[in-house]
Amino acid sequence: MNSRITDRIATGVFYTIAAIMVALLLYLFYFILSNGLPQVTWDFLTSPSSSYQAGGGIRDQLFNSLYILVITMIITVPLGVCGGIYMAEYAKPGKITNFIRTCIEMLASLPSIVVGLFGLLIFVNITGWGYTIIGGALALTIFNIPVMVRVTEDAIRSVPKEQKEASLALGITRWHTIKTVLLPYAFPGILTGAILASGRVFGEAAALLYTAGLSTPTLDYGNWNPFAENSPLNIFRPAETLAVHIWSVNTQGLIPDVREVANGASAVLVIAVLLFNILARWLGSVIHKKLTAGK
Amino acid sequence: MAKASVTPSAEERLILTKKNRRWDEVRGRSLVTICAIIMIVATIAVTIFLAQKGLQSFTVNNINPIAYLTSTNWNPVGENASFGIFPFIFGSLAVTFLSALIAAPLGIGAAIFMSEIAPKFGKKFLQPVIELLVGIPSVVYGFIGLVVLVPLVRDNLPGIGFSLFAGVIVLTVMILPTVTTIATDAMRSLPNSLRQGSLALGATRWQTIRKVLIPAALPSLLTAIVLGMARAFGEALAVQMVIGNTRDLPGSIFDTSATLTTIVTLNIGHTTYGSIENNTLWSMGLILLIISFVFIFIVRYLSGRRKI
Amino acid sequence: MNYTADRPMETKTEKEIAPSERKASKREVVLDVKDLSIFYGNKEAVKSANMGIEKNAVTALIGPSGCGKSTFIRSINRMNDLIPSSRAEGEIIYEGINILRDDINVVALRSEIGMVFQKPNPFPKSIYNNITHALKYNGQKNKKVLDQIVEESLRKAALWDEVKDRLHQSAMSLSGGQQQRLCIARTLAMEPQILLLDEPASALDPVSNSKIEELILQLKEDYSIVIVTHNMSQASRVSDKTAFFLNGDIVEYDDTKKIFTNPSEARTEEYISGRFG
Ligand SMILES: Nc1ncnc2c1ncn2[C@@H]1O[C@H](COP(=O)(O)OP(=O)(O)OP(=O)(O)O)[C@@H](O)[C@H]1O
Ligand SMILES: [Mg+2]
Repeated sequence: MNSRITDRIATGVFYTIAAIMVALLLYLFYFILSNGLPQVTWDFLTSPSSSYQAGGGIRDQLFNSLYILVITMIITVPLGVCGGIYMAEYAKPGKITNFIRTCIEMLASLPSIVVGLFGLLIFVNITGWGYTIIGGALALTIFNIPVMVRVTEDAIRSVPKEQKEASLALGITRWHTIKTVLLPYAFPGILTGAILASGRVFGEAAALLYTAGLSTPTLDYGNWNPFAENSPLNIFRPAETLAVHIWSVNTQGLIPDVREVANGASAVLVIAVLLFNILARWLGSVIHKKLTAGK
Repeated sequence: MAKASVTPSAEERLILTKKNRRWDEVRGRSLVTICAIIMIVATIAVTIFLAQKGLQSFTVNNINPIAYLTSTNWNPVGENASFGIFPFIFGSLAVTFLSALIAAPLGIGAAIFMSEIAPKFGKKFLQPVIELLVGIPSVVYGFIGLVVLVPLVRDNLPGIGFSLFAGVIVLTVMILPTVTTIATDAMRSLPNSLRQGSLALGATRWQTIRKVLIPAALPSLLTAIVLGMARAFGEALAVQMVIGNTRDLPGSIFDTSATLTTIVTLNIGHTTYGSIENNTLWSMGLILLIISFVFIFIVRYLSGRRKI
Repeated sequence: MNYTADRPMETKTEKEIAPSERKASKREVVLDVKDLSIFYGNKEAVKSANMGIEKNAVTALIGPSGCGKSTFIRSINRMNDLIPSSRAEGEIIYEGINILRDDINVVALRSEIGMVFQKPNPFPKSIYNNITHALKYNGQKNKKVLDQIVEESLRKAALWDEVKDRLHQSAMSLSGGQQQRLCIARTLAMEPQILLLDEPASALDPVSNSKIEELILQLKEDYSIVIVTHNMSQASRVSDKTAFFLNGDIVEYDDTKKIFTNPSEARTEEYISGRFG
């Protein structure tokens, strides 16, 4: 009898824990959206932030976040996919592969502030670039590569062995098989992983504080010359991202409407991450259906 | 299908052939190998550069490393500057262990709920909840901690609100989804025969969980906790926003405090590159790097002991 | 490379290229397997097999599960190279060279010795592209030529009439039997000399099964075919020669008629009459 009662109690405890998790998420989202959404107006999204007065927007920060994200992915995706191909197809079991795996794990688990410090040392001080978008993107690359490598390796390993054999048995080289059979088959998995990784990059702040910096020069969105000082496309200019902005308005507290700006920016950030999540799932399943259509 | 008499010999077709793009294969293989090498280079570069820079306060500025690690006096400016980072090491360890202490039972409990109690509901509903929690950026956690938790602590508990306690709570919330996700994978990968075997012997579900499943999954569950701790230890901004960032050892959990990450975050930007104070901050960065490697080795050790 | 010829081949080639001296055979030998042993780690899955596979004939490999048939057939086009733990000793002589040599271009080899697997494995592309996949890789870009090869190989695989109106639909929408014939067509498009079929019909329904059998009988005009099958009556219907494998040994290798009517080994008879395996 006693054990029955303990069993009941334990079950109750587990339900409570699950309820806590759900309540936590609901509260966080309720808080972020109920406080933030009223702030998110067209004006808020399209006007520049102000340094001392109330009423600033997040236009530049939003652009910077997206721009850094794009540049990071342009660097990371090819590197990560190639690394993943190596791990899945070419790495032979042994010491070297083990060592590479350890390296990947180490890179993946570096605290983002440490990545930021490395970026500050190399891409800001040693290169003499100062705070730049490219410096920030390279720092983000460091902890995004292991994610992409893992995603790609898993996706390629999950391609049915029959597909690979079919191509090789036709007298096609391994590399061409990878390009024309394995990668297309693994594509949905890689894409989903890349979008989820994008969500993480988009919300990252600590690695960017001292690489891309805490400020943005006055930008002229009409100037598309990537070498011009005030061009938004210039990758050698400092760029405060949305996540960094939330941190800096709160810590420096120079504007009177810190709460409003931070609320609005948080809402935008969380909605963006949410969208990345939904997009990843949706695209993944759509492409998967298309690939295996008729089966 | 018979080939005409001009067909090249088998030797030419199968051995000497230049066809079949061996070159293509070589190029592809080289390309991906280079990418693999880049990862090795990146890891080594991070280690070497941060080590070289982090050691400067001992090699160039002649700070005594023992004193640096054990002194509680952090007073980096002025005539009698003193560089003791023990309070920050203490703060880092305190928030890491305390948040793991709370997150571990909750996370593993949630994992058990998802794998043992309500697998369907768990997969359909709780899993997305947890994935979304993982996705919330850490500055957002910090911001909510700042505007909700800190006032709450100030009004209802001793102290000014900014405190070790607030840091611990924010980190707990942040690492909870990490611990849960990994622990759930661990529980789900347990073979069904374990469950059935125990239940068939008349054990209740809870007895099965406690006596059979948890012991079987233990190394993986510990891995989940260690990875959660690694995340807590390395988190900078969220903690920085709620912990108060004072240089003294906290007297109680409701006192303000600081961690290695928060001090580095706050000060690395406005100290002169190359100054003593700046160098001591790089040393803290090196400590962070070393400890994150230690976490990896613990995880590797645990995964070596995994039975499942 | 995992393949090592245990003797330098120059010493033997000259006299052994010649068709083997087996009495019953009138045909030329296209693959001469000599003392072939294949290991997975320390486990010997094929134990010094000897066998002369004949040109323009169907050779059936039969035997209980796990006796090494797949291992044997996969070593002929070096698909076993994909398994890191596998290693082969001995020789397989094809047109005078040992194809187990390290310096063989396996890619070229596989385009001459095609293989079809147990489970139909079309690429998730259109029917047309399944066939042109390898052709395009080998540099054939001319649309007219490609069209022609597609039609030819689909006709040879007895699939043309069923799919000619839907060449650009996904191959995944075909039935299992059609998919398998597509896989055969895809291999034929490469104009191989030898066709290796590892249980090509075992995953299919009886109708598809008999279609594949008909197909094999037609194809033998142009190709040398090696087929693994668990279906005794299929082996007796389609093949000219049969090899009976048991625990990695070739117990008996002879004309199919002889194997099925009057085997020399008691174990062969027991297996064929269904007493074990
Ligand atoms: N990749 C591998 N690694 C280790 N051993 C293997 C591997 N593949 C096959 N074997 C072993 O080699 C032996 C022969 O296997 P093989 O697949 O050739 O048998 P088979 O005659 O084709 O059987 P079936 O009729 O079931 O297809 C078996 O004992 C099998 O366990
Ligand atoms: Mg087999």
